[in-house]
Amino acid sequence: MIEIKDVSKSYDKTVVVDGVSLKIPAGGITSIIGPNGAGKSTLLALISRLLPMNSGQVLVDGLNVTTTPGDALARKLSILRQDNHIGSRLTVHDLVTFGRYPYSKGRPTIEDLKHVRMALQYLNLESMSGRFLDELSGGQRQRAFVAMVLCQDTDYVLLDEPLNNLDMKHAAAMMKLLRRTADELGKTVVLVLHDVNFASCYSDYIVAMKDGKIAYRGNPSEIIRPDIMRGIYDMDIAVQDVDGKRIAIYYA
Amino acid sequence: MSLETVAPKIAAPTRPLTFSRPAKRLFLLGLLVAGAIIIFMTIDSRGNWDFVIPFRGTKILALALVSYAIAVSTVLFQTVAGNRILSPSIMGFDALYVLIQTTLVFVLGAQATVTLNLQARFVLEVTCMVLFAGILYRWLFGGTRRSLHLLILVGIIFGVLFRSFANMMMRLIDPNEFVILQDMLFASFNSFDRNLLWVSAALIFGGSIVLWRIGHTFDILALGRETAVNLGINFQRTVTIILVVIAIFVSVSTALVGPVTFFGLLVANLAYQLAGTYKHRWILPFAAGLALLFLVSGQMVVERLFSFNTSLSIVVEFLGGIVFIILLIRGAGR
Repeated sequence: MIEIKDVSKSYDKTVVVDGVSLKIPAGGITSIIGPNGAGKSTLLALISRLLPMNSGQVLVDGLNVTTTPGDALARKLSILRQDNHIGSRLTVHDLVTFGRYPYSKGRPTIEDLKHVRMALQYLNLESMSGRFLDELSGGQRQRAFVAMVLCQDTDYVLLDEPLNNLDMKHAAAMMKLLRRTADELGKTVVLVLHDVNFASCYSDYIVAMKDGKIAYRGNPSEIIRPDIMRGIYDMDIAVQDVDGKRIAIYYA
Repeated sequence: MSLETVAPKIAAPTRPLTFSRPAKRLFLLGLLVAGAIIIFMTIDSRGNWDFVIPFRGTKILALALVSYAIAVSTVLFQTVAGNRILSPSIMGFDALYVLIQTTLVFVLGAQATVTLNLQARFVLEVTCMVLFAGILYRWLFGGTRRSLHLLILVGIIFGVLFRSFANMMMRLIDPNEFVILQDMLFASFNSFDRNLLWVSAALIFGGSIVLWRIGHTFDILALGRETAVNLGINFQRTVTIILVVIAIFVSVSTALVGPVTFFGLLVANLAYQLAGTYKHRWILPFAAGLALLFLVSGQMVVERLFSFNTSLSIVVEFLGGIVFIILLIRGAGR
């Protein structure tokens, strides 16, 4: 379980995350939704110790992320951010192998390489394992990064907008894959999503943020409702049931 | 539960042969360097071995120390800075060292500075350098990644600032003391200070041991701060250690041969081009080898072809400057 206790983050005088307290249950997929600038990505960065927090604390299975040694945490929790730019010219295989660093410290064993193979296979990247990252499409590169994070084999996997750069087909495939990692591998997946319908169809739990605070939380059927959508996004959004999934219609 | 339990066994991956190629190329480079050194040691010796071997041997040792210091500090600096067009010199490291030297003469007076044991003075300078560079550049590179334009701008401004301060102090100094200072500052590949060699070698050896122990983090640091933190690296601490070692290496090379702005850039980028890998395990020795090859053969050209009428640093800077401009135009730094 991830426990967030009264966490705040501000830049100069702008408060980005404002006294958030939240418990993210172990297992399943939790999606964080909300308008631009609500503090979703910042919250994810605070949970994963990429940013220092101004106050409060975050415990991951009881480990305080600020004080726990980095390499111990790297075997417990992994994070993938939105923009991943790498200066070096790496192959997909090289990149995914880096995911084993917390275990191998740069000297991957046969066991580590087995994990790499399986992560590549899981993301359907085996045929591209020798290709350089800069030769791949945005979507393929995104999958390579997800493979790296899965290869890290942590109980908690945090992804900041993993559907960026992905077309409909690959976005749906990515969400199905994350669903599988949650269901089959028992991992806890925490996502920042922009598309509320992906959140609605694939999450167990949705957290809605607004102005640096948690506005609503609950399961999809509790959150994807016109009145709550209005509260989050300040616009009228119709919600319809399609095959038992709640779909928000926000185009018109 | 791990991935293993779900994914079925699959055949061994088809991995490209990236392993043996850098090794082969490094071996080839090693042969070239060895060849250059042998020619350098034996050319025109006229049988005066008693004189030639120690005389040229110390030269080679100095060139090797400088090559290694410049190459390693530049490659690691680029890794920490996250791009390939910055180098310690471009960010004003060696200007800072000159400033520290000048300040020391200014404050203590040239007499005191010179009578101060040379090695002790050098160690004092390096200590100041580590302190200042550590504070200054940690602030710049320790946190979130900054824009390349900002970094280049800061580097240029730092360089100009340090040089201007040094110049101002040189003007304030007593002319007699200035002559002594000038003597200290005008080190070159022809007239490096032999007394500093062993202290330099010891400092470089110490720094290398530190680097060796954290060597496994270099490739990860090149992935950027966030990925490195995600993979469990203590980013602040590792970057600070690396910057401190860089400060030591730059002090050593500047003390031995004076500032060489673009040489590190030249060898680091050539190493990335020629070694055909991104792994520091190969890039670092490759860059150092290239640097030594250039310096030894360049020194031979200067000594034999131009009979000391030109300086090696001019040749090296000319080539390095061109590479820098090409890199800027091609946007390799991104």
